[in-house]
Amino acid sequence: MLEKADQVFVLLLHWLVGYLPAAWQPAAGVLLCVVAIIAVYPTLFALAVLLERKGLGRMQNRYGPNRVGPFGILQPVADGIKSLTKEDIVPFTADAVVHFIAPLVLVVAVFMGFAVLPMGRNMVLVDLDASLLFFFAMGASTELSVFMAGWSSRNKYSLLGAMRAVAQMISYEVPLLLSTVGVVMITGSLSLVDIVDAQNRYTWGLAHWNVFKPWGLAGFVMFVIASMAETNRSPFDLPEGESEIVAGYFTEYSGFKFALFFLGEYVGMFGIAGLGTSLFLGGWSSPLAILNWVPSWIWFFSKVMVWICFFIWVRGTMPRLRQDQLMNFAWKFVLPMTLLNLLVAAEWRFVADLWLRWIAGMVIVVGAYVLMGRVGMRREHFGPRTYRYAE
Amino acid sequence: MSFVFYVLAAMTLAGALAAVLLKNLVHCALSLTVAFAGLALLFLELGAQFVAFVQILVYVGAVAILVVFAILLTRSAETPKAGGVFSRTWLAGLSVAAAVFAVLGWAVLESTPWLPQTTEAPAADVEQIGEALMSRYVLPLEIVALLLTAALIGAVIVAMHEKEGAQ
Repeated sequence: MLEKADQVFVLLLHWLVGYLPAAWQPAAGVLLCVVAIIAVYPTLFALAVLLERKGLGRMQNRYGPNRVGPFGILQPVADGIKSLTKEDIVPFTADAVVHFIAPLVLVVAVFMGFAVLPMGRNMVLVDLDASLLFFFAMGASTELSVFMAGWSSRNKYSLLGAMRAVAQMISYEVPLLLSTVGVVMITGSLSLVDIVDAQNRYTWGLAHWNVFKPWGLAGFVMFVIASMAETNRSPFDLPEGESEIVAGYFTEYSGFKFALFFLGEYVGMFGIAGLGTSLFLGGWSSPLAILNWVPSWIWFFSKVMVWICFFIWVRGTMPRLRQDQLMNFAWKFVLPMTLLNLLVAAEWRFVADLWLRWIAGMVIVVGAYVLMGRVGMRREHFGPRTYRYAE
Repeated sequence: MSFVFYVLAAMTLAGALAAVLLKNLVHCALSLTVAFAGLALLFLELGAQFVAFVQILVYVGAVAILVVFAILLTRSAETPKAGGVFSRTWLAGLSVAAAVFAVLGWAVLESTPWLPQTTEAPAADVEQIGEALMSRYVLPLEIVALLLTAALIGAVIVAMHEKEGAQ
């Protein structure tokens, strides 16, 4: 029974495909998986938007949406209808073709990433040899769509916003990639399926997740920071900065094209949360051996939702960074830390003694963090905090 | 040669042609990106996953952005008012390009196949590439890394602000 619950989607797929002639079965299977991905993530997107608005409301001491349906749960439906019926305005001077293609490129590239994420036991669309690299390749293609959107609008604020966004995304792509290299070094594979399988082992009933190891913990923290910047989430949401500066590269978009950018951003967030889950949090495996009876896909999606809640929490509580702080943080702190983390991963790989590798790894990670933090703070000339009250 | 190959080849060629023939420089850069992506898909069709993904990561993700930034930061991206995209010496350029292409084509056609023809496609998976880079080709790899580091430091020095009173 529990076996069936774990594999319910796989069995459903086989049952549905079984009705077709044998020649069509592979293609139909892939098609059904794609339809499932395209159906599930926008639904999650609607849920996440509602959760975000409600959660931010709570954090800012207000109600959030509560008019449409009971407790406002139909708000995403209302938002969807609104964006579909709004007039789609294309500026007179805009480059119509590029202006039209940009949101499509973003959404397509973002959805492609899900093809390689293992969302449960045996639940992966394509098990590529280099699936991690595939995910990053798709992530890199979104930068171009951001530029296309900003440039084709023929609006200087859009163009500046696009430059800002692209500069940020390129800067944080380096630490994002490097923070995952440690996992690849230890696992010895670029395939996400293999990486999750390697973490699905238990000692004393506790899972071998990568986040429980020194290099994994440091890599995880760097990955979370870089992923927030890569998906343009607060406190790194300078590309949009909707409360202070003009909305950035999608200023000139309205109606459903704007909704597509919004969708692409949130779905990209799910993608990067799923990737981080697979790399550091054991993917679809359960944290404790005694919880193995819970279906694997429930673990994957609940971990992704925990990431989203964390992102919302950070957005509600952290002030936005300034552009120079953002760049300094990426190049002077996160990048050296990720490079050092490679050293820790190599040390973990080659030191056989259990206690020695734990101690050495922790010393390198914590020591570097404290040292770089101290030096960085001293250079910034931060004194004790002083307050000046309004007279 | 399958149907997929012809579609991808047509896409790559169309992108490359558009990159040469379009008037707006940013359009050219974007068409060039299409050609890069087409090349990556061709690699994928040949079963070279690693090369394909690196092609997308490096060329679509970085080189295209670099090209676009260079266009925007150095000159106006507006369409030139008068004249086409062709320079006045297009005939000379065409003959040089044709000569180079002819030499290359002749060399390819005349050379004897060096590798014995095998029926199964050689697998070029990530593991083999990694092992080759770390064992046989480790010296070229290190030299390239050193060269890139030097270029990076040089770029930073060129871009760096000069301190006040340094003159």
